[in-house]
Amino acid sequence: MTDGLTEYALRLGDDSLILGQRLGEWCGHAPMLEVDLSLTNVALDLVGQATLFLGIAGDADKLAFHRDVLDFKNCLLVEQPNGDFAQTIARQFLFSNWQELLFRELTQSRNATLAAIAGKAVKEVAYHARLANEWMVRLGDGTAESRARIVNGLDWMWRFGDELFDVDDVVEPLIASGVAVDVRKLRGEWDQRIARTLSEATLEMPKPRRAAKGGRIGHHSEHLGHLLSEMQFLQRAYPGATW
Amino acid sequence: MYTTELKDKNQKSAPVTTVAEDPAKLAAFEARVAADDFIEPKDWMPEAYRKTLVRQISQHAHSEVVGMLPEGNWITRAPSLRRKAVLLAKVQDEGGHGLYLYAAAETLGTSRDEMIEALHTGRAKYSTIFNYPTLTWADIGAIGWLVDGAAIMNQVPLQRTSYGPYARAMVRICKEESFHQRQGYEIMMALAGGSPEQKRMAQNALDRWWWPSLMMFGPPDENSPNTAQSVRWRIKRETNDEIRQRFVDVTVPQAEAIGLKVPDPALTWNEARGSYDFGPIDWEEFYAVVRGEGLVAKERMKARVEAWEKGAWVREAANAHAAKRAHRAAAE
Ligand SMILES: [Fe+2]
Ligand SMILES: [Fe+2]
Repeated sequence: MTDGLTEYALRLGDDSLILGQRLGEWCGHAPMLEVDLSLTNVALDLVGQATLFLGIAGDADKLAFHRDVLDFKNCLLVEQPNGDFAQTIARQFLFSNWQELLFRELTQSRNATLAAIAGKAVKEVAYHARLANEWMVRLGDGTAESRARIVNGLDWMWRFGDELFDVDDVVEPLIASGVAVDVRKLRGEWDQRIARTLSEATLEMPKPRRAAKGGRIGHHSEHLGHLLSEMQFLQRAYPGATW
Repeated sequence: MYTTELKDKNQKSAPVTTVAEDPAKLAAFEARVAADDFIEPKDWMPEAYRKTLVRQISQHAHSEVVGMLPEGNWITRAPSLRRKAVLLAKVQDEGGHGLYLYAAAETLGTSRDEMIEALHTGRAKYSTIFNYPTLTWADIGAIGWLVDGAAIMNQVPLQRTSYGPYARAMVRICKEESFHQRQGYEIMMALAGGSPEQKRMAQNALDRWWWPSLMMFGPPDENSPNTAQSVRWRIKRETNDEIRQRFVDVTVPQAEAIGLKVPDPALTWNEARGSYDFGPIDWEEFYAVVRGEGLVAKERMKARVEAWEKGAWVREAANAHAAKRAHRAAAE
């Protein structure tokens, strides 16, 4: 069992890494060139964050390319498949609004490294949230088709929102010592942000549903294994090589 | 990345001047160009000049965008976090090049949608080089080193091309291309100095990408009917063969420096010329690829067309939303 800080850094790093990997799948295939560039830009920021957070937990490359599913600690939301552009945006919308609030608080961490990473990343993530919010509004208040698609996309992602606000006994002591953020306290502001954008998008708040959880303890969906088998292919096929 | 003007060998080249131009205007234009003045969008220009530029710039833009695909093929499999980030940034740069170039071509009166339509229906070409597959990670190194390297050779002179918006786009683009070239070479260096399997990958990539890279400069001068006109109008500043030779001279020592062998038995240093002599290029292969017979040409076009068609609802939504906003703003 790893120590608390290591575990916390893995969770933060894995969230960024897995979502960055997912967004990288869009590269060259987005609905228009400008969107291609924005999604790549977000992916690039996330891979950068992952490198820094995983660096706290150990050798970032080793962690990224040599762990298997059970040892990844990202939330289930980020490993969800891209689906169509609406599904991708719905995922980004829920995640980036959360990550922005999280990083804003993390800049106050007693751990100087975490605080410094968050200080740099919070500006990036504010842009990700704005991008996602704007697309939510365009798709919700666009055409009948875009509206139907974003409703579907949200429907897929909605059950993964609650996990973002879970605190377990790994994080509890870190919150007490001022290292980790108490995400439970972010829920109210997140709910407001989500509600505000949904209303601007003329969309209804999806109905509450049973939360899907497990990522933080390595109990993932089926999607993560396939993502890893692709991401880790070279490191697995040529053990010990440096690139 | 850049492509020289591509045409099917059997395709008739467009008549040099399609409309009778006013001789006085034409003479004044030619004098300006000869004096190395930049031509700007509002300036008078001969129709043939405009057409040649639209064809060349849009072809160049399409090459940047299609070129995102072979490299994008390895983003999800890049072997380290740093390599992944560098590759993401590179492919993003290429998309950005596509954007500036479409914008430069639009100043000549052709819309981006028209250009994309021409690409998707096969009327417009893009660089033949992107119709080859990226099989291993070493191909990402080879593309950066050779393809971006060739692009720089082609594009540096274009910073002084006679059409202002094109020349200015090239200045921005060239800076980024040299960065790409160095990063690609660095990948090759790491592989060439790595395990036997990695060395094999690196040599194999050079074997496959060398000749297609030389073809990127376009047909030999004697078969390049538009070169003379384009050089006279300072659209091009050097001939295909001149640039190709410079590429060979610069690249061969780079290969040697990392212990890789250029796959050309005829390659020899010619003391008298101060250049390398190199073997014959398989132009039949080149023209076949121009005609759309490259190994993964169908995949490339399918990927572009699918992205466009599957994204139609997104573009429609964005337009519909913008129209609603404008309508609401007007009502206030
Ligand atoms: Fe480029
Ligand atoms: Fe490039």
